[in-house]
Amino acid sequence: MTLNPATHPAVNKGPAPLPGAEARRRAGLLRRFDWILPGAAVALSVYGALLVWSATRGRTSLTGGDPQFFLKRHLLNLAIGLLLMAATSVLSYGWVRACAPVFYVLSLLGLLAVLTPLGTTINGAHSWIVLGGGFSIQPAEYAKFAVVLGLAVVLTLQPATAGLSDQAADAVTPRRILAAGVVAGVPIGIIVLLPDLGSAMVILAATAGLLVFAGTSVRWLVLLAAGAAGAAVAAPHLHLLAQHQVNRFAAFADPHLDPQGVGYNTAQARLAIGSGGILGKGLFNGTQTNGRYVPEQQTDFVFTVAGEELGFVGSVTLIALFAVLLLRGITIARNCDDLFGMLVCSGVVSWFAFETFENIGMTLGIMPVAGIPLPFVSYGGSSMFASFIAIGLMENVRLRSTRPAVGVG
Amino acid sequence: MTSTQSRLADRRHARLMVLRVLVLALLMTLVGRLWYLQVRTGQTFRDAAAANDVRTVVTTAVRGDVLDDLGRPLIDNSSALTLSVDRGTLLAGKDHGAATLARLASILKTTPQALSDKIRICSPKVPKPCWNGSPLQPIPIARDVSVQQALMVAEQHDLFPGVTAGPDTIRRFPAPYSLNAAHILGYLSPAVEAELSAAAAKGEVMQRSDLVGRSGLEETYDSYLRGKPGVTQVSVDIVGHAQSTLANTPPVNGDHLVTAIDARIQAVAERELNNAVLRARSQTSPTNGKPYVADSAAVVVLEARTGRVVAMASDPTYDPNVWTGGISSGDYAALTGASAGTPLLSRAFQGEFAPGSTFKVVTTAAMLEHGYGTGTYDCSPSFSYGGQSFTNFEGEAFGPISLKRAIEMSCDTVFYRVGFDMWQHDGGIKPVAHPAEPIAAMAHAFGLGAKTGIDLPGEAPGDILDRAEKQSTWNKMHGIWCKRGKDGYPELQGSDPARAAYLKQLAKENCADGFQYKPGDAVISAIGQGGDLVSPLQLARVYAAIANGGTLYQPQIGRAIVGPDGKVVKDLAPIVTRRLPVSGSTLAFLNDAFHGTAIEGTAAPAFAGWPQDVIPAFAKTGTAEVYGKQTTSCFVGYAGTGTGPRYVVAMMVSQGGTGVGTSGPSVEKILEALFGVDMGHPDPNGTLPKALPAIRPDGLLPALPPATTLPTPPPPSPKPAP
Repeated sequence: MTLNPATHPAVNKGPAPLPGAEARRRAGLLRRFDWILPGAAVALSVYGALLVWSATRGRTSLTGGDPQFFLKRHLLNLAIGLLLMAATSVLSYGWVRACAPVFYVLSLLGLLAVLTPLGTTINGAHSWIVLGGGFSIQPAEYAKFAVVLGLAVVLTLQPATAGLSDQAADAVTPRRILAAGVVAGVPIGIIVLLPDLGSAMVILAATAGLLVFAGTSVRWLVLLAAGAAGAAVAAPHLHLLAQHQVNRFAAFADPHLDPQGVGYNTAQARLAIGSGGILGKGLFNGTQTNGRYVPEQQTDFVFTVAGEELGFVGSVTLIALFAVLLLRGITIARNCDDLFGMLVCSGVVSWFAFETFENIGMTLGIMPVAGIPLPFVSYGGSSMFASFIAIGLMENVRLRSTRPAVGVG
Repeated sequence: MTSTQSRLADRRHARLMVLRVLVLALLMTLVGRLWYLQVRTGQTFRDAAAANDVRTVVTTAVRGDVLDDLGRPLIDNSSALTLSVDRGTLLAGKDHGAATLARLASILKTTPQALSDKIRICSPKVPKPCWNGSPLQPIPIARDVSVQQALMVAEQHDLFPGVTAGPDTIRRFPAPYSLNAAHILGYLSPAVEAELSAAAAKGEVMQRSDLVGRSGLEETYDSYLRGKPGVTQVSVDIVGHAQSTLANTPPVNGDHLVTAIDARIQAVAERELNNAVLRARSQTSPTNGKPYVADSAAVVVLEARTGRVVAMASDPTYDPNVWTGGISSGDYAALTGASAGTPLLSRAFQGEFAPGSTFKVVTTAAMLEHGYGTGTYDCSPSFSYGGQSFTNFEGEAFGPISLKRAIEMSCDTVFYRVGFDMWQHDGGIKPVAHPAEPIAAMAHAFGLGAKTGIDLPGEAPGDILDRAEKQSTWNKMHGIWCKRGKDGYPELQGSDPARAAYLKQLAKENCADGFQYKPGDAVISAIGQGGDLVSPLQLARVYAAIANGGTLYQPQIGRAIVGPDGKVVKDLAPIVTRRLPVSGSTLAFLNDAFHGTAIEGTAAPAFAGWPQDVIPAFAKTGTAEVYGKQTTSCFVGYAGTGTGPRYVVAMMVSQGGTGVGTSGPSVEKILEALFGVDMGHPDPNGTLPKALPAIRPDGLLPALPPATTLPTPPPPSPKPAP
C-alpha cells in the first residue's frame, strides 16, 4: 500500500500549497518546531536519570559495582531517544503512513518471538527478548506506538471501493471499528498471553482514546465498553486464562490477596513517599530508597524516589512536567489540520496519560499495581525509545500543522 | 466541508477539550493524594519508615577485670572460638537436627543429648542446662573449641546446617599460682527476663545474650564490671545490611575491681586447707575409730585493721571454668550434689559450724564485762548439775587456775560453771522479765548470728541460740516434735535403731518443754556447742575485732573500683560495723591470753617455729563435738605487732579432728606466708602491698613477674646459737 501524501485527501486537508510554498514550508520547519513538547520530555528524562541513579547506585547486584551505571545507561537511552525523535519528526506523512504497517508487523513478530524460547521472563512478566551484551528489547513497548500508528492509519484509511460520499470519508464506520478492533486486539491478545497485563491495559486505553477522539458515536462507545467489560468478567469463567493470570487480576483488585507480593510493594511504596514530607529527605538521602525497601524502584516504582527524596515539592514538579507534556500534546492534536495527525496525537496522549496516572497512582495506592513504566522517567530502553518515537510523531504532526500552537495548553 | 464532517470535527474538538479537563483532573487527583500522604499524614509514614529501616546495633562493653592486691588478674577476658547454633535452621531439618547434633557431639566429644539440652529453651518445666536467651539468636553450644574443631564445622557447612564457628569473648580465670578462688570470683550467665525488664525500666540497654554476674564478686560488683554497651543506630536495607550510621554511642568498658585478695596468699590458703583436710583424713577419730571424714572445710584470712579479706578458700571446690559457655547437666549435678559434698557452696561464708572453744572469746568478754574477774577458777575434770555431767575435753583437769590459763588450756569446766551461773542469774528455767543473757548478747555484739555484710551474695547468718530463739523455735516446731515423740522415726528404725530411739526421745522432750532454755543449753553454749553455729568468716571477724583493738568491720573483698583508664572510680574504704561493747582492759586481757595460747597453750604445737620475738602470734583452738559426727576442727590464729598489720586466719574442718592437730599447722603456714616467715625473712610489716596497684591510663595492668608456681621456701638452716 503506497500512498502519495500530496494527493491523499485525508492528509491534504489544508489549503493547497502555492507554487514555491514548499521551499518556504521547509524553511519554516525549524521555526514551527515545538520546543515545549520535547523540552518537557527531556526534562522528565533528566529528572528520571537522577531518580534512577539514586535508586540504583547502592544496588551493587544490579549495577555490577559501578554506581553510575544506570545513570549513564539512562542518559544514553535519552540520547538515542532524541535521535529517534528527530528522525521520526522529519519523516513525511507518507513515510509515516507507509511505515505504520511495517512497525505494526514488526512489533507483532516481536511479541510472538517473546512467546517462543527467545523470550525471557523478568519479574514474572515474560516480555523480554535478550539480545546479549546487556541489551534487551521489550516488544510490548514498541507495540504501543505501533498500535497507535496502526489505528490512526486504519481509522483514516479510505476504502478501496470508490464512489463513497465525503460523509463517509472520515466517519467512524462499523467497518473501521471492526478493523480497529482487529488491529488493537491481536497485539493485546498476545500481550495478555505473555502475560504483561499492564502493557495490554495501556494499549487498550490508547485504543479507547483513539476511538473516542476519532468521533465514534456514543452508542458505539457504550457498546464497546460493555463488550470489553463483559469479556473481562467472562474471561476467568471461560478458562481462557491460566489460573495464575486470574490470580494476577484478582490481586489487581485486592492487594490483600497477595500481601507478600503486590501488597508489600504498595505498602513500601507508600511508606517511602509518605515519609518524604514536603521537601523530602534530599537526593540520595532516602532511607527507604537506600535500604532497597521498594522493589523495582528504578523502573515501575521510580516515582517513590521522587516522593521520598524530593518530597511533595519535587513530586508535584514531576507531575507538572507531565501536565505540560500532556496538555501540549492535546493542543497539538487540536491544532492539527488532518485527522491522521490528530488521531496519532490523541492516541499518544491517551497512552501517556494512562501510563502516568496508573503508574503514579499505583505508587500512591489509589490504582492497582501493574507493570507499567512512568514514561521518560522509568529506566528502560524500549520504553524510552518508544516514548521518544511517540514524541517525534507528535512533533511531526505539529510541523505539518498550519495553525499556530498558542500557549502551552 | 460537509455538515457531517463539521459535526464530527466539532465532536472531536469537544472530546479533546474533555480530555484536557480529564488529564488535569487526573493529575490533580495525584497531587491531592500526594498532599494527603506527604503533608497530612507524613509524620505517620516517617515514623513507620524509621521503624522499617532503623536497627539498633548493640556493641557489648568489655567486662572489667577482677584483680588481686598487686594487680594480677583473677578474672579477665580472652577471645575464643565458639560454635553457635541457630535453632531455627537446625530444627528445620527433616530429622530436627538430630544427625547434625550427633556429628557435632562426635567432634566435641560429648553426647547429642548434652548438646540438645544446651539449646532447649528454658522454662519453669525445663531444668538446667537450657538456653534462657532469645530462641532467635544463635546459641553458643561450645566455647573455646580448638581450631580443628571450628574448621571441621566451618568447612563442611552442608553437614552442619545452622552451626557457625566464630570468635567470641569469654571470661577467663588466669589463676595465678594455680589458685582456684571459685567461690569468691563467681560466674556469669545470660540475663533473665526479670533483669531485662528491670534494665529496661532504668533505661539501660540489656540484651538477652548479655552475661550477668551470678555469684561471687561477679554478682556483687556486676554493675561496675559490666560497663555500658554501645548503641549504634544504623539505617539498614531490606536484607539488613547497614547503610549509614544515624546515631552512635560508643561502649563504655567496665571498670576493674581491685580486690584485697592476694593471689599468693590465696594459693597458700588453698594449699594449706587441702593439707589440713589430708592431715585430718590421715588421723583416726577416737569417737568412732574411723579416719576423719573431713567432708568440708574452709579458711578465711582477714586483715584485722580493715576487715579486708586477703584470702578465702572452701573445700570441696570446683573448677570455675565449668561455667564458661554454659554448664553441662552433669557438671551442674556434681556442683550441687550432696554426694560430691555440694562444692558449689562456699563453707567460708555459707557454711555453718559449731565454733567450739574458739567461742570462748565471746564467753570471756561477756564475763569480764559482767563483773567476773580474771582471778582463779576451778578447772575440775567435770561439771555436774541435776544429774547431768559435763566433762572437760578428754577429761583433763588443771585444778584452780587463772582465767588466762583457762583460756590457754581451753578448760571447759571453768566456762561451764560461768554459763550455768549466768543462766541462774537470769532466773534459770523461769527467767526474769529481761534476762541479761550476757553470752548470747556478747555473741550478737561480735556479729554472730547475723550476716557480716561481706561483699559476696548468699551469706549464711549462723545462729546463736538464746531464750527467745528457743521459744520461737518451739512455737514453730512443737507440732512436729510432738508427733515424732509419739510416732518415733520408723524410717530410721531399720538402719539405725539407736539413732531413731535417741531422736524419738529428743522429740518427746522437745515437745514437752522445748521452749525452755535449760541449764544444759546454757552450760554447753558457754563453750560454743549446742545450738550455736558460726561461719569461718564470722569467726575470723570476731578475732579481727579483738586483734585490732575492738572494732568490728564489715568484711570486704573489693578494695577499689578502677576505671579502664586507671583512675580510681570508687575507693572501697573499710566499713566499721560497730565498736565492740568491751573495755580496753578486756581486749588487752584477751590478746594476752591468745598470745599465751600460741606460746604455751593449746595452740603452742602449731607455733613451735614461729618467731614470736619478731612478730607476736596469737591463737585459739577449738574442737567442737557434734552429735553423731566426728569433731569439728577449729583454729583461729593471728599475728602482727601492735603497730603493723595484723592478719587473722580462721580455719574450720568439719569432721576434721582437733583444732590444733588438723587446722593449727595450716593456719601457721598461712601466717608464715603473710609475714614472709616461710621465706626466711620475717617482716612485721607483712609481705602484702599497702597501696593500690597502679593501672596505667591506657588500661595496661602493672607489669608483674609471672605467678605460675608458689615460691618455695629456702632449705631449713640450723638455728644460730644464742
